[in-house]
Amino acid sequence: MIGQLLMRGLLAGLVAGILAFCFAYVFGEPSVDAAIVFEEQMAAAEPADPGAIEEEPLVSRPVQSSWGLLTGILILSVGLGGVFAILFACAYGRLGALSAAQASLLLAAIGFISFSLVPWLKYPANPPASTFDDTIVYRTDLYFLILAISLALGYGAWMLRQQLLPGLGAWNASVIAGLGYVVAVAVVFLIMPAVNETPETFPATVLWEFRIASLGIQFVLWAGIGLVFGSLAGRVLDRDGTSRIAAA
Amino acid sequence: MSDNTTIPALAPQPFPLREVTPWAIFGLIIGLIALYFIGLEQGALALFEGATIHEFVHDARHLLGFPCH
Repeated sequence: MIGQLLMRGLLAGLVAGILAFCFAYVFGEPSVDAAIVFEEQMAAAEPADPGAIEEEPLVSRPVQSSWGLLTGILILSVGLGGVFAILFACAYGRLGALSAAQASLLLAAIGFISFSLVPWLKYPANPPASTFDDTIVYRTDLYFLILAISLALGYGAWMLRQQLLPGLGAWNASVIAGLGYVVAVAVVFLIMPAVNETPETFPATVLWEFRIASLGIQFVLWAGIGLVFGSLAGRVLDRDGTSRIAAA
Repeated sequence: MSDNTTIPALAPQPFPLREVTPWAIFGLIIGLIALYFIGLEQGALALFEGATIHEFVHDARHLLGFPCH
């Protein structure tokens, strides 16, 4: 039975990935191109290095913005879809009287907030030419640290809710756990160092559009997984809540 | 009516966690490998020489919010 859920999770990830790719291609790529134009202008303004040889790019721009983008998004989305199905199998039946579709949407909302939104708020996506090349290791460490902290705090909030559930009821326990998560995230945001490397001459609209498109891609991804998986899983699980146990 | 099997049909029976554990471990490992190749390889870390993987997933890495050059 969990295998059937996993299959549906992978499928939901595939559908969500294709949707997210379309969104990224239409709304994200123009700002990537604009950032690369800025990068080339900056390079042209610098005195030419006599030793530099003009190199053929390893991967052309049209390939980067189509097949490369699709591959990267699909690997992430299908992987997320699979992990989502496993998490769903853990959470289903432990979230109160929610149907499969409702539980799937709730889980997707939690995933969007803790995996995408919170890391994005502290260390938002950066277009090409808006960061220093030699801080990549530092920035990567910070990004994966905030990702890990956000997921751990999300899990902590869940545990807190389960602790408070018997005494306070579902609504109060959820609100208090949610507030606890927000406060803990705010404290972490204050403690962790800021990254601000964008050159002053970098076009502000490009930076804004790139970052909003980046958040939009993540939203489409999670919304797609939550909706598609909920609909597919509902057909297996809601038919009969007990036959599931017998079949497993 | 304290028998567990008679709880209303609205609250579905959860899967036993023991049954989910092997799937969870496998899923976690595959997920981490996928994250590594989209987010890190030939950027902050490099198992393979060159920059072809980096350049191929370049736009996805930027747009998905992973740190890049």
